Amino acid sequence: MTGHDHEHEHAHTPIASGDEPAAAARVRALEELLVEKGAIRVEDVRQRIDWLVSRSPADGARLVARAWIDPEFKERLLADARSAALELGLDPGPSPVVVALENTATVHHLVVCTLCSCYPKALLGPPPDWYKSLPYRSRAVSDPRGVLAEFGVALADDVELRVVDSTADIRYLVIPRRPAGTEALDEEELSALVTRDSMIGVAHASRVETMSPPAYPPFSS
Amino acid sequence: MDPAVHDRGGWPIDAPIDRSEHELADWELLADALVGALLRRRLMNVDELRRGIESMPPEDYEHASYYERWLHSMETILTEKGVLEPGEVDRRLAT
Amino acid sequence: MRYRTGQRVRVDSRTHQGHHRTPGYLKGKTGTIERVHASFPNPETCAYGADGSPKQPLYLVGFAQRDVWPGYSGRGADRLYADVFEHWLEDAE
Repeated sequence: MTGHDHEHEHAHTPIASGDEPAAAARVRALEELLVEKGAIRVEDVRQRIDWLVSRSPADGARLVARAWIDPEFKERLLADARSAALELGLDPGPSPVVVALENTATVHHLVVCTLCSCYPKALLGPPPDWYKSLPYRSRAVSDPRGVLAEFGVALADDVELRVVDSTADIRYLVIPRRPAGTEALDEEELSALVTRDSMIGVAHASRVETMSPPAYPPFSS
Repeated sequence: MDPAVHDRGGWPIDAPIDRSEHELADWELLADALVGALLRRRLMNVDELRRGIESMPPEDYEHASYYERWLHSMETILTEKGVLEPGEVDRRLAT
Repeated sequence: MRYRTGQRVRVDSRTHQGHHRTPGYLKGKTGTIERVHASFPNPETCAYGADGSPKQPLYLVGFAQRDVWPGYSGRGADRLYADVFEHWLEDAE
C-alpha cells in the first residue's frame, strides 16, 4: 500500500498538483481487493489503461478531414459514423450508434450530456474537465449562446444553433466547417486544423493563418 | 419537486466554465480501467454505474471530482452485489 | 417503432424515482421526431441488474428552444435535441 498515511487529510478535496486525493489510495485498494478475489484480471485493467491513453482527437480529426475532401465519404459519415470510422481503420468505440452532425453556414451544433458525461471517447479521447463540469452541463442547454461566448464563439443571428443533449446510448461528433483558404492543403494538413473543441461544437476549426498548437495537451501515459 | 442531483440541464448556476486542461492522473486512469474490467466481467453495467453515481448524497455529488463519483459508484454497486463486504475497502486502507 | 420521423410527440411529465435517462427539463415538452435510432436495453431495469428486456426504441427528438425555456434569450430558430426512449413519449399530433 502506498499513500495510506495521507488518507485522513484530503477527503473530497479537488486534485492538487503534485498531490493526490484520498480517492487515489482508495482506488488502488479497490483494485487490489478485486484482483485478489478473482473478480477482475490485471490484464483487463492494463489493457483498458493502454486503450484510454491511446485515444486522442486525432482520430476524430481524420474523419473530419476526409469528409472535407471527399463528399461521398461525408455522406457515408453522416449516414453512419460508426461504419465510416471503421472504413478508415479507426476504433469507433463500444457505442452501437455514432452520429456525426455537420456544421454549415446556417447551422451550428453543440454537444453536451446534462445527465453525466456521454462523449465519443474512442474517437476524441477522454472528455475535457469542462465538458463534465456542472456549469457546462447546466447552461449548455438553457443558454448555449452564452456558453459559446465564454468559449469565444459568436454565432451570427441567422445561424440556427442546435444543442444536442446525449442522454442515452448514442455518441455525437460535430463536423466543423472547413475554414476558408484551405483549398491547397492536403488531408493531413487539414486534419491538423480540426481541434477537439471544434468536434464538440464549442469552437470553429482553426484558421490556417492563426494556427496555434492544439488546445489539448499531448496525451502521455 | 427538487430535481435529482445529476439532472443538471437548466440549473441556475452562474459560475464560469473552468476551461483549464488537466491530464488524467494515474489513479483516474485506474478508476476508469477498473470500471472497464468490471463491465467486461459483467460484474457491473453502465446503467448501474450511473445509478451508483446518482445515489450519492447531493452534497457529496456537488463536491466530488469526476472519478471520485465513479469510485463511490463502484463501491456502492459491488457491495450491494456482495462482491465487496461492507467496509472492506476501509479495512484494507487501515492495514 | 411507434413513431415516425416528423411526428409531433410530447415527453411524459411523470416523476420516476429510479434511474432513468429522460432529463427533467424536457418533461412535458412537445417536440418532433428527428431520427429513429434503434432499440436499446431499457436503462431503467439495467440499472438494477436486469438485462433491460424488452428493448426500447430510442428517438432523437427536436424541440424549439423557446418551447423548452420560456425566457430563452437566443434566436428564435434555435433548437434543442435529445434522445428519448419510446416509453417516455406520447403522441401529440
